[in-house]
Amino acid sequence: MQAKIQAIISRYGSDKGFLVPILQDVQRELNYLPEDALVMVSTLLEIPLSRIFEVATFYKAFSLTPRGKHLLSLCLGTACHVRGAPLLSGHIERALGIRPGETSPDLEFTFETVNCLGACALGPVMVVDGEYHGQLTIAKTNAILRDLGRKVPSDEEA
Amino acid sequence: MKKLKSPGELAALQAEIRAGRDPKKPCITICAGTGCLAYGTQKIIECFRQEIDKQHLQDRVQLRTSGCHGFCERGPMVVIHPQKIFYQRIKAEDVPDIISKTVLAGEIIDRLSYVDPATKQKIVYEHDVPFYKRQTRYVLGMNGDIDPACIDDYLAIGGYSGLSKALSGMKPEAVIEEVKKANLRGRGGGGFPTGWKWESTRKAAGEPKYIICNADEGDPGAYMDRSLLEGNPHLVLEGMLIGAYAIGSSQGYIYVRNEYPLAVHNITLAIEKAREVGLLGENILGSGFSFDIKINRGGGAFVCGESSALFASIEGRSGEPRAKYVHATDQGLYNKPTNLNNVETWGNVPLIINRGADWYASIGTANSTGTKIFSLVGKINNTGLVEVPMGITLREIVYDIGGGIPNGRKFKAVQTGGPSGGCIPEQFLDMPVDFDELAKIGSMMGSGGMIVMDDRTCMVDVANYFLKFLEEESCGKCTPCREGVLQMRLILDRICEGQGKEEDINTLEWMGQAIIDGSLCALGGSAPNPVLTTIKYFRDEYEAHIKHKKCPAGVCKALITYSVDAEKCTGCHACARVCPTQAATGEKKKTHVVDLGKCIKCGACFEACKFDAIKIL
Ligand SMILES: Cc1cc2nc3c(=O)[nH]c(=O)nc-3n(C[C@H](O)[C@H](O)[C@H](O)COP(=O)(O)O)c2cc1C
Ligand code: FES
Repeated sequence: MQAKIQAIISRYGSDKGFLVPILQDVQRELNYLPEDALVMVSTLLEIPLSRIFEVATFYKAFSLTPRGKHLLSLCLGTACHVRGAPLLSGHIERALGIRPGETSPDLEFTFETVNCLGACALGPVMVVDGEYHGQLTIAKTNAILRDLGRKVPSDEEA
Repeated sequence: MKKLKSPGELAALQAEIRAGRDPKKPCITICAGTGCLAYGTQKIIECFRQEIDKQHLQDRVQLRTSGCHGFCERGPMVVIHPQKIFYQRIKAEDVPDIISKTVLAGEIIDRLSYVDPATKQKIVYEHDVPFYKRQTRYVLGMNGDIDPACIDDYLAIGGYSGLSKALSGMKPEAVIEEVKKANLRGRGGGGFPTGWKWESTRKAAGEPKYIICNADEGDPGAYMDRSLLEGNPHLVLEGMLIGAYAIGSSQGYIYVRNEYPLAVHNITLAIEKAREVGLLGENILGSGFSFDIKINRGGGAFVCGESSALFASIEGRSGEPRAKYVHATDQGLYNKPTNLNNVETWGNVPLIINRGADWYASIGTANSTGTKIFSLVGKINNTGLVEVPMGITLREIVYDIGGGIPNGRKFKAVQTGGPSGGCIPEQFLDMPVDFDELAKIGSMMGSGGMIVMDDRTCMVDVANYFLKFLEEESCGKCTPCREGVLQMRLILDRICEGQGKEEDINTLEWMGQAIIDGSLCALGGSAPNPVLTTIKYFRDEYEAHIKHKKCPAGVCKALITYSVDAEKCTGCHACARVCPTQAATGEKKKTHVVDLGKCIKCGACFEACKFDAIKIL
């Protein structure tokens, strides 16, 4: 881990001003921002850990807990909102048993809500592991969850 | 590529590229903006490549992947040049036909043409499609002629001529004068006159001076900045170069949202290319002017679109705004004079320098010149990006360009200005859209989000939605915004849950005003707007929630019940199959029922019913 972080920091010429992109790259490398990594960044960049922690908790892009194998990002932008995204959000919460921003205990799923993915014509939209799913309905959402190996309520009696 | 050392060499290169291109050669332009890629366009691009290889057409047919064309509703789409034949909703299977029939034999494939829903007529050419026909696409229109990864495409249409003109014949002050005369106003929200801002930064004491392009685009429901940066990055670079020359800056930044990976990729590539040919770096075009650009990815915080928070973020701190007794033009990034402009503002600059301030000022209205790009979304038939001259009416945008409201439903409102804006009711549909007119009725231009709402959109819910968004995005530094927005939201929550009290409307109004007056930055300063404008124009909906415990639009869960319309129910069992709590039940072919005791109002049955038999009351 130390070597990886060292490499990322060198890429930015150890410039303190690039703390945000550095943390982004660290997160991409490690899937989240473990405490050890933050300590390391703090030592290498000579920035107090409290400041690093402040930045890491301020921006939504950062996660201090491990993230799931599958990432579901449901758009709750205005266009998707008026097209019924909140109903889908509730449905996914129930199906996965987690709230937006959380990861399932088995580390299979992270469910997050985001603001406008810029694909409003397809709204409501969800990005699942990098793939866009548009004109989402509850039925389509069920199909997606099923593909990822998750049982959905209506399966039981079907 | 060798570096260009003078304006003459740039002109020669542009001419050389143009001479090497046969304007009659068929070119298949496929939209590969984020929206179309989401439809699965990548696969179609691969099919085109394979088919061109298979038929050995590499020399006869060109394939261009471009940025967003704007008509996102009808993607995936291609435009075949030189005739500009327009095909929409194409699939991978259509690719061989498009090449054999249309590109090689000039035949039109009827099934892929656009049909105007109003006249039921087939429309063959892009410029005849009503959605495009009524727009004025000076800025966004270039997207269709450009592969963002190919600087030659931009040079071929005269790219960087504006920069060359400024560097070779104009003093920096003259450039500023031109922008002032064009009356260009900032497209990022406030509509501040761009020329004045440039002049203040130029005159400010302190070196170095910075210029920044604001591509944070936080308005949830707007994506025009992304499409511009993604589809035509060199246009934005050229605008920044001209601005940097005028202001006397040698270092620029582009602050771009982390959620826009393709835009980051394309602008990064464009910067590298521009450096390679000497349009960025030292001694640009032999003029002695030097300038370079760094890219900063944001961290997903709406407030970082605000100038002082944006500076903090670039400096590697958390994005908290500061009070503005000192202007950014005097002390901005690293406390140096800084000029911040929005993506679209920068994108307008080359036009002004190329075609002159008088030409530019002739477009639009007296105090809002030029065009504006809107992202027309929500309950609208033609979702997409539209570029129109300032002063056009909302009705023209919503009905003539947008094609009206889907499923024959009734227009209720259009929300402009993002979370800081307001909801505009039907009575103002014929009002001209410009900076001042929108402000008069309590909304604002904002960055250009335009969300259309119909009679199934609850205005109290929409107001609550924006407040929730802002509550989450408030940086927490000042109390009126942090606590006030939260308190207003709690009241709205209560109203939506049927627990509203008579005095709530009154409380929301004075509390909103207090937040506007007391907040540190414009986030809090405008946060109550969506609530205040909905109270102003849709008071009856608030009253229905509070007094009659009803949500007229059928949205607020606590105030609605689902039931089955016995006349319409065919007993198809679709509702029962999707119901997660077994509340919807019934025997096949017999009228079904919804057990209100078990119903969690998830809406699954409503969505599943094909016979319109689920009623929301
Ligand atoms: C909370 C908040 C968010 C903002 N977000 C953006 C944004 O995403 N993009 C943008 O260009 N301007 C945004 N602005 C406006 C900027 O502060 C600034 O006025 C603008 O970038 C100046 O550019 P212009 O003069 O070209 O419009 C925001 C302002 C506030 C208060
Ligand atoms: S609001 Fe969801 S993609 Fe734009």
